[in-house]
Amino acid sequence: MKLINLKTLGRIAITGLIASVLPMSVNAKDTVKVGVVSFLTGPAAGPFGTPAKQGAEIVIDAINSGTMPAPYNTKGFAGATMNPIFSDESGGGTKQVGLFRDFVQKQNVDAMIGYISSGNCMAIGPVADEVKMLTIFSTCGTERLYEEKLRSHVFRTQGNAVGDSLAAAKYIADEYFKGKVSTSDKMYTGINQNYAWGQDSYKFFKLGMAQYMPSAVGSTKPQFPKLFSGQYGSEISALSLDKAKIVHTSFWNGDFEAFMLQALVRGFFQKKILVSSVGGSGVDSLDKKFPDGVIMGTRGNVGLIVRNDTTPLNKWFIDSYKKRYGAYPLGPSYQYARAVMLYKIGMDKAAKAAGKFPTQDQVIAAMKGVTFESFADTIEMKRGDGHQAVHSIAYGVTKYNKAKGEPGIEKVIKYSASCIYPPAGAISQKWVESGMPGRKCN
Amino acid sequence: MQFLITVLLDGLIYASYLFIVSLGLTITFGVMKILNVAHGGFFAWGAYLASISIIYLGDNEYNSFLYYFAIFLSAIIVGLFFGYIIERFILRKMYNEDIHLIVLATFGLFWILEDLILHVFGVDPLMPYYPAMELGGIELGGIFQGVYSLTLAGLAIIVAFICWYFLKKTKYGKVLQSVIFDREVSVSMGINVTKVYLITFIIGGMLGALGGAYIAPTISVSPGFAIDVVVMSFAVVVIGGMGSVPGALIGSLIVGLVRAFAVHQAPILELFIIYAIMAIVLIIKPEGLFAPPKPRKI
Repeated sequence: MKLINLKTLGRIAITGLIASVLPMSVNAKDTVKVGVVSFLTGPAAGPFGTPAKQGAEIVIDAINSGTMPAPYNTKGFAGATMNPIFSDESGGGTKQVGLFRDFVQKQNVDAMIGYISSGNCMAIGPVADEVKMLTIFSTCGTERLYEEKLRSHVFRTQGNAVGDSLAAAKYIADEYFKGKVSTSDKMYTGINQNYAWGQDSYKFFKLGMAQYMPSAVGSTKPQFPKLFSGQYGSEISALSLDKAKIVHTSFWNGDFEAFMLQALVRGFFQKKILVSSVGGSGVDSLDKKFPDGVIMGTRGNVGLIVRNDTTPLNKWFIDSYKKRYGAYPLGPSYQYARAVMLYKIGMDKAAKAAGKFPTQDQVIAAMKGVTFESFADTIEMKRGDGHQAVHSIAYGVTKYNKAKGEPGIEKVIKYSASCIYPPAGAISQKWVESGMPGRKCN
Repeated sequence: MQFLITVLLDGLIYASYLFIVSLGLTITFGVMKILNVAHGGFFAWGAYLASISIIYLGDNEYNSFLYYFAIFLSAIIVGLFFGYIIERFILRKMYNEDIHLIVLATFGLFWILEDLILHVFGVDPLMPYYPAMELGGIELGGIFQGVYSLTLAGLAIIVAFICWYFLKKTKYGKVLQSVIFDREVSVSMGINVTKVYLITFIIGGMLGALGGAYIAPTISVSPGFAIDVVVMSFAVVVIGGMGSVPGALIGSLIVGLVRAFAVHQAPILELFIIYAIMAIVLIIKPEGLFAPPKPRKI
């Protein structure tokens, strides 16, 4: 009896050993394990984290099955199937760094993709380099990520917030201030969340206004309410009493929707012109109640801005997303999908060059400085020593599309990357303050 | 003049909102001596239940009156359901435990209630804007104010009056005051303190849920939005005095008006000034401005 038990135990041990070894060998050739991190809980989940995850899912599934349109129509990532592990970004930098290490050291992922919060990107960037883990940031906006230090293992497929703010300022100067002479018409103010994203966004909007429209005057009392505060009654009153007509905001998530709702019932948009750098995600929540005339950006050529763009890749993405999730893809859906696409480009290119399944270093080398077609735009990894993307940024004016019965946008202007981003190696603030030397605007 | 009227109105609206939410918190503390961190869970559940009800009613074009019925019904259901379960099956077993353990338990309950929201309602934000949109805006002091937000002040006055009448003019109110004054003496006088605790906790929960339900039509109701409200309510009850109803009223007014003034004059100090006042009160009068007197025990 004892002998049988020992034999059985031995068989179990051998079977276990084989089972534990097999997936490892398969993992190296047939599958790549990737952590995909976005807000799945908290106020940022609904308008940002969930659409982001869904965007990634659409593209990952299509690449795995080889059904994505050209130029992404080859099956898999260097032939391997991606096995994504979705994770929640909530909880702050310290928690996320712990989870990141867990992904790398315990789950043995091949790459990490995602991250919406600039705070999380700043926390994880140095750790990714330290543990040598290929990480593609998809959404976060702080320019400090590459201006403070170059990163060896970190890529970002989203242009930084400098371009969003400068494009907003240029749109105002070009379209709104043209021919305006009264003092109040030339005044602007802002309401931005009181943390790095909100403060930096307004800072660069102001710097941009000083360059594009030197006679414009900034309010002495821009508003900086706490992130996720939800109640903006006093702020709306203060902005209403302010002489400035233009109001800049980089509000996102539930804060943007709450502000719009509270401002709407108070007739705010009859007197003020709101310039929103990232509010595209909130337009659908209010649907036909969303006011016409809001100057709107979506952080690139994504989301609401490209809803009617008929580029084959974009049309496929919108159709697939609508079919699967019953809604239009939002900006974050595009951003996450784009990060996955860069990973595919890197894997395929590296595999082709190496003639075999690529190593991480080969993938990084292949991704560095690459230019690739996104859904309705071209992404150039031309900053941060080839690790940071630049792309054009578009702004337009909201106008409800009565024929389609859905929110729409008109008067869209696209600003090229060379117009709104500093050249490689330059520090954004110094570049803007010194008059944006070398900028080329279309 | 326009500035003063605007600051006053903004301050009153915000104070009304804070008063309704912090009243439940302070009543629970006054009677049960429990700092109920789970109060934020009641607030969030009230908001969510009211939101799905209002969205259903609005989408199907029911009578607008039903929105308000849904708001109050949501508060009652949430208070009764979670209030009963939490007090009867969790807190009642802990009354003899260290007070810090009870606070930790309510802290855990807050997160459980928050997590339940994710499972029941999902992560997508809800925007039950129908009541706020239908009432629109009215020009007061030169700028438009949302009429729905102004009704918050009316609700706060009604809630404050009911609370005052209940405590001062009814038999049960006197029983409640007796328990607030001294639990042991109340027991010796034949008062069923266990029942008083249960009812108080349910009422406190209903008030928290009412705050969430009533504010829901003006915000984007999304997971985690209640955390800041709880923190602000703590500031109110600390300033006013833990367990004091007039304290909650005055604390709300102080926070509301000071915040409104700061937003208009020095926006960057908006949060700092509230917590600075709280810190000053804690230094000068740690028990709060209107803390109920403590009985002298021999």
